[in-house]
Amino acid sequence: MMFSNKWFRLFFPIALFAGGLMIGKSFFTKTASYVPSPVAVRQFSTNAGSDSTGVVYADPLSGDVIEVKDGESILEAVKKANPGDLIRVYPGKYKETVYIDKDNISFQGVIIGGEWPTLDGEKELNDAFLYSGNGIRIENFKIINYKGNGIMGQAGNNFVLRNNWIVDAGVYGIFPEFGKNGLIEHNVLSGIEDAAIYVGMCDNIDVRHNEVYENVAGIEIENSRHCLVENNYVHNNTGGILAFITPGLPIKTAYDIIIRNNFVVNNNHPNFGAPGSIVSGIPPGSGIIVMAADDVTIENNIITGNDNAAIAITDLSMGANLSNDPDSEPNPDRVVILDNYMENNGNNSVGEVKLLMKASLLDSAPDIIAIGGGTGSCIRDRERYNTFGLGDWGQCTTGDTKEIVTMMLDKPVAPRAITMEEKGNLTYYGICAGCHAYDVRMIGPPINVIQAIYANNPQGMADFIAAPTHRREDYPEMPPQNYLSPETRLAVAEYVLSLTQKKK
Amino acid sequence: MMLKTTLFIFLAGALIFSGVYFLTNLPGSVSQTRLASNCPPGFQLSKDNTCVSRNLYQQYSSLQNSGVGGLKSALPIPRDGFTPQQIDLGRLLFFDPVLSKDSTISCASCHNPYQGFADGMPVTIGVGGALQTRSAPTLWNVAYLNSFFWDGRSNSLEDQMQGPLFSPIEMATTRQQLLAVLNANETYKALFTEAFPAKPNDSIQLNHIYTSITAFESTLISLNSKYDQYAHGYAEALNDKEIEGLNIFRSFVARCAECHTPPLFTNQQIAVIGVPELEGLPFDPGAETPNKDSTMRGGFKVPSLRNIAKTAPYMHSGSKETLRDAAEFYNLGRGHAVPKEETLYLHWHIWEPKLTDDELDRLVDFMNTLTDESFMPIVPKEVPSGLPVNIINPTIDKVKAKRMASIHN
Repeated sequence: MMFSNKWFRLFFPIALFAGGLMIGKSFFTKTASYVPSPVAVRQFSTNAGSDSTGVVYADPLSGDVIEVKDGESILEAVKKANPGDLIRVYPGKYKETVYIDKDNISFQGVIIGGEWPTLDGEKELNDAFLYSGNGIRIENFKIINYKGNGIMGQAGNNFVLRNNWIVDAGVYGIFPEFGKNGLIEHNVLSGIEDAAIYVGMCDNIDVRHNEVYENVAGIEIENSRHCLVENNYVHNNTGGILAFITPGLPIKTAYDIIIRNNFVVNNNHPNFGAPGSIVSGIPPGSGIIVMAADDVTIENNIITGNDNAAIAITDLSMGANLSNDPDSEPNPDRVVILDNYMENNGNNSVGEVKLLMKASLLDSAPDIIAIGGGTGSCIRDRERYNTFGLGDWGQCTTGDTKEIVTMMLDKPVAPRAITMEEKGNLTYYGICAGCHAYDVRMIGPPINVIQAIYANNPQGMADFIAAPTHRREDYPEMPPQNYLSPETRLAVAEYVLSLTQKKK
Repeated sequence: MMLKTTLFIFLAGALIFSGVYFLTNLPGSVSQTRLASNCPPGFQLSKDNTCVSRNLYQQYSSLQNSGVGGLKSALPIPRDGFTPQQIDLGRLLFFDPVLSKDSTISCASCHNPYQGFADGMPVTIGVGGALQTRSAPTLWNVAYLNSFFWDGRSNSLEDQMQGPLFSPIEMATTRQQLLAVLNANETYKALFTEAFPAKPNDSIQLNHIYTSITAFESTLISLNSKYDQYAHGYAEALNDKEIEGLNIFRSFVARCAECHTPPLFTNQQIAVIGVPELEGLPFDPGAETPNKDSTMRGGFKVPSLRNIAKTAPYMHSGSKETLRDAAEFYNLGRGHAVPKEETLYLHWHIWEPKLTDDELDRLVDFMNTLTDESFMPIVPKEVPSGLPVNIINPTIDKVKAKRMASIHN
């Protein structure tokens, strides 16, 4: 069923009303006729929800709604979709890898009477969602039994990943990489053999209101900047929350990270990371680990029952199974520990911490332990905690971080602005110039000859290059350039007609 | 033993071929006397007579300007801004055997345009048949690289080329010989003056040579493959098998894209992956040596996969004959080929992905979509020294095919 944009605007207030009723009291039970309202329009629109300390853009649905029902394919819907469309997926089992190499596609699971649309890889498929486009939004999916990732993004900006329920989905549950400006919230993830939520080489990301448990790592912020990890419930992982620089990656820094208002509790799960993986070296019982990352603020967390240490701050020497990288700065600098509740940590330290405790003749590990280099770090009210290695840390003078509501940008990352003339220019020199020069015969005829044919007729040239015919005995037939969009073909035709001797 | 056989057959082949080319490229015949005033494809001539790089990836950006990302991500910042004359002069130098000690080999001998700007050999062969221990890397898209050699020990093309030029087992010339030979050649003197009009006196200096060859190498751009058409938005550019391959390539099971990251298909990092050496060669310490760091032992620079189908055999010493073999390496177990006596800090992405045979085939299908030689430069028929441009075109070279077969027996 397809809904027009206009239809949606009409429907929008009704959806809000119905949604409110449902939350207040479950008047509706599951009946054959019940069709849930497309609440996504609200959620993907201005001012989502009242609990929001974050930012969600005013970006109303601009395209069509494509519905996918049990037995159908989500990927087929993606192939049909245009930027701006919403794909609504009904309860059922979907065994597929959904890859999205388009911009601005939204996915919304429709949950009816507790029945979720479930992507089930049956331990045969690699990834559930794999996207490279900007503006990808994925919510309300149950994702189970994949081998690689639940949701993986490569380079997409402005993403929203929320309300997903991800169980045993492989190496990472949610893994955006090379993305800017993203929101990961209200997801529940367990049974992941590396990081459940892994923000790798990203900027401006909020990770909020998620529950992560029984994973090797709960939430990992790696080689990323401007990240907020807030209001998450992080329990019974091997390591709870990590802020890491990993050496050997192409983006070398991690800084400006706030870890705030989280429950980091009983992260004592045995480590089941794959041999050789970085997280396989994480000692069970680790609440929060900062490795080499700079300007990390840890504030108002409740950190209890983590057997190794509540907070460990370390330089890269702890990553003992990694090759050195001369371009990675190894020390955690300017770590700020403000008010936190820590209790009942360090009861059963292991590994390096245990050795240190033995060497220092201490019975139990401290709440906070700092190993290795780093300068400019501070802690407030250090007397509250048992600490180790914080001798050169100062007393924090900063108050709190409450003025920082979000690390996301106040408006979406805009695509690089490019004029049609620039597009024509890049296409001409980047592609056409392989066979054509201005006044010299190459593989194809010179541009000045072509100009004489198509003077004042750029569309004619654009049409020709899409499906060329063999017109000249003395030249080879031109291969079709139909892989260029109609817009690009016209842009390059206009550019070619504008070329002069001087511009060549 | 095998290497000796290789060497013998190579020399025999080289003799036959230099003979053939000698007959068709008589020394002393009229050479090019003017340099190009237009930029090669992929470049726009600026008002101040420099060639500025142009391609469709300039529509995009990349996080932290890192030049890594996904399909629509910007490339790293390239080397460009050379004049058309410098580029053209560099082309002549690149193909001129006068740059080697005994005038037998040119840059193009190991970076052969007909062989993906590599040489089809597991390891390269220098003057007098001297064997190297590493394979010749392709020069396609070197404009985008920030480190050179398999161990990443050099940071510029100008610096890099001094390795093979002056290594006694590669081109084996000397700075003195190079300057003497070029300054004694009236054609070269005129061409260098044309390419470097601001040159204070009449003589050719080393930096002019380095600049020219860098200028030429920086124009070897390959960004118009089937994959690129797909990346720019033409979904039909790849067939179902190739797309399946792309998805395996970027999945976190195979993890290829974690190091061979688009759009260049390398993240330009050093990685220790534990590849076996070509039979008969000792263990190569790789990046340990220049960095004096044992944690980097056995580490090599991640190569770009663009035009990878053109540059078999694979890995730093050519131990993998086909793309299928190279892909299979990652499936055979973490550290399976590491010698017992070696302790290596294997990269964390080396694991046991347990890819199926079909998945490996799809990866090969995908890698084959990264081929584009539409900006192939013109191989000069003659070079200013008058020496023959004796490079092999394997499509017409049956001897070489036999030679390759013998290497892998």
